[in-house]
Amino acid sequence: MTGSEHIVKAMDHELAHLDHVIAEMGGLAERQLEDAVEALVRGDFTLAKKVIAKDVEIDDLESEIAQFVVRFLARRQPMADDLRAIVAGLKIAANIERIGDYAKNIAKRTLVIEDPTQLQSARHAIARMAKVVQEMISGVLGAYIARDVAQAKDVLARDSEVDQLNTSLFRELLTYMMEDPRQISRCTHFLFMAKNLERMGDHATGIAEQVTFIVTGETPREERAKQDASSATVLDSSDSST
Amino acid sequence: MSMTENTATSLNAAAANSAPTQGGALLSARDIEVAYSGKVALSGVSLDILPNQVTALIGPSGCGKSTFLRCLNRMNDVIPGAKVSGEIMFDGHDILGADIDVVSLRRRVGMVFQKPNPFPKSIYDNIAYGPKIHGLAPNRDALDVIVRDSLERAGLWGEVHDRLKSPGTSLSGGQQQRLCIARAIAVKPDLILMDEPCSSLDPIATARIEELIDELRERYTIIIVTHSMQQAARVSQKTAFFYLGELVETGETDDIFTRPADKRTQAYITGRVG
Ligand SMILES: Nc1ncnc2c1ncn2[C@@H]1O[C@H](COP(=O)(O)OP(=O)(O)O)[C@@H](O)[C@H]1O
Ligand SMILES: [Mg+2]
Repeated sequence: MTGSEHIVKAMDHELAHLDHVIAEMGGLAERQLEDAVEALVRGDFTLAKKVIAKDVEIDDLESEIAQFVVRFLARRQPMADDLRAIVAGLKIAANIERIGDYAKNIAKRTLVIEDPTQLQSARHAIARMAKVVQEMISGVLGAYIARDVAQAKDVLARDSEVDQLNTSLFRELLTYMMEDPRQISRCTHFLFMAKNLERMGDHATGIAEQVTFIVTGETPREERAKQDASSATVLDSSDSST
Repeated sequence: MSMTENTATSLNAAAANSAPTQGGALLSARDIEVAYSGKVALSGVSLDILPNQVTALIGPSGCGKSTFLRCLNRMNDVIPGAKVSGEIMFDGHDILGADIDVVSLRRRVGMVFQKPNPFPKSIYDNIAYGPKIHGLAPNRDALDVIVRDSLERAGLWGEVHDRLKSPGTSLSGGQQQRLCIARAIAVKPDLILMDEPCSSLDPIATARIEELIDELRERYTIIIVTHSMQQAARVSQKTAFFYLGELVETGETDDIFTRPADKRTQAYITGRVG
């Protein structure tokens, strides 16, 4: 936001409403992840079922945002930062919706894995990974509400942490599967859960890019491409001199 | 140095050496200041107009858009108390120079106004008048060709070819505006200035004019003043934002409406309190 208000006050209210719904949606997705992982660690099937049932609430909020954005574009014809906020809002809602889907998928797999006493160590490794992802989600929602590019960049930086945890969990699960082939099916579910978490992290970074776009008009990717292009120019000129 | 393709005489009465304008611009305004009876209405405006592009001038009422436009064809000359300074290079000459042939300048820089203002004459004569006085048509046949050509380019021929003798004022508002555009085109200008050309038209007539502007860009360079941000975004390649007699920001239209650099531009185009 530029700080000053719109002459048409309804525009301020409507843009604030978008922020509000996205924050609500994001908070819901964050809690879904938390509950899904708690259900996994504790072997709590009731909680897992609750997570599965609750996903529709996130889907509904996404539809609400999509409808709102179309109406806003048609009625207000936003420009500049308003336009960027609206377009980014639609993308962020889609990112959150996917995060919700992955939480639901973790809960579904928890039900299939059955015996909650098995593979405790892997469950805790998943929980550690989930904690980082959850911090990324909450960090990026904060960055969105505050329109804080620095905070958004912090979230981008944590993505590699998730990738590393994912790799080490993958190795750990491989050893279990080699030790005892009867664990292969269970371990496969854990592998997919880790993959889900890794994808959630990607969606959190996707949101972080949108926050940067809202504030600066450029995504970090475009900034990077520009830097790459400038370094390529340097290379080209040194090439031609040889 | 080769002569330009234009049929009419050089802008400069003395027909001096014609140097190309720098940077590929058709027209370069530098440090323009306009005062009405000592009251400054516009100052420090420097703007390059690129050929075959539509440049939109936007900004709140009274910020000096029309004043700037009038500098480009010396229309401020006819306003008592108006004083213009600076330099406007166009085809190697300073438009503001004392030796400029204003009649030939106004042939090369046409103007379309907010309210369609056809002459109280027939459709045919509205178009034929300019070419006749500028000696662009050696005979009646040549004049017929210019009239038809201009009406075709203005997208009006199909609607009026069977009633060229009817008065221009018998047309609808949108048709009258296209007649005025045809009239401007008829004298083979380089630059066409349009001051809020759609503000008295309905959305359909407005869309026709916008479509026409897009077609005309192939042959002409256009500067349009508009109060509709959406219109500026739709029709122009370059946008210049004026505020309180100053040129605040100019750039690619794609950038101005998605990520303007100046806070004042941002506030204006998003409808915020400045
Ligand atoms: N003929 C005139 N005589 C005196 N002042 C004028 C005249 N035309 C414009 N002005 C003043 O110059 C300023 C810029 O006006 P104008 O160029 O018409 O703005 P815009 O086209 O952006 O609405 C305003 O303050 C206006 O009052
Ligand atoms: Mg005006």
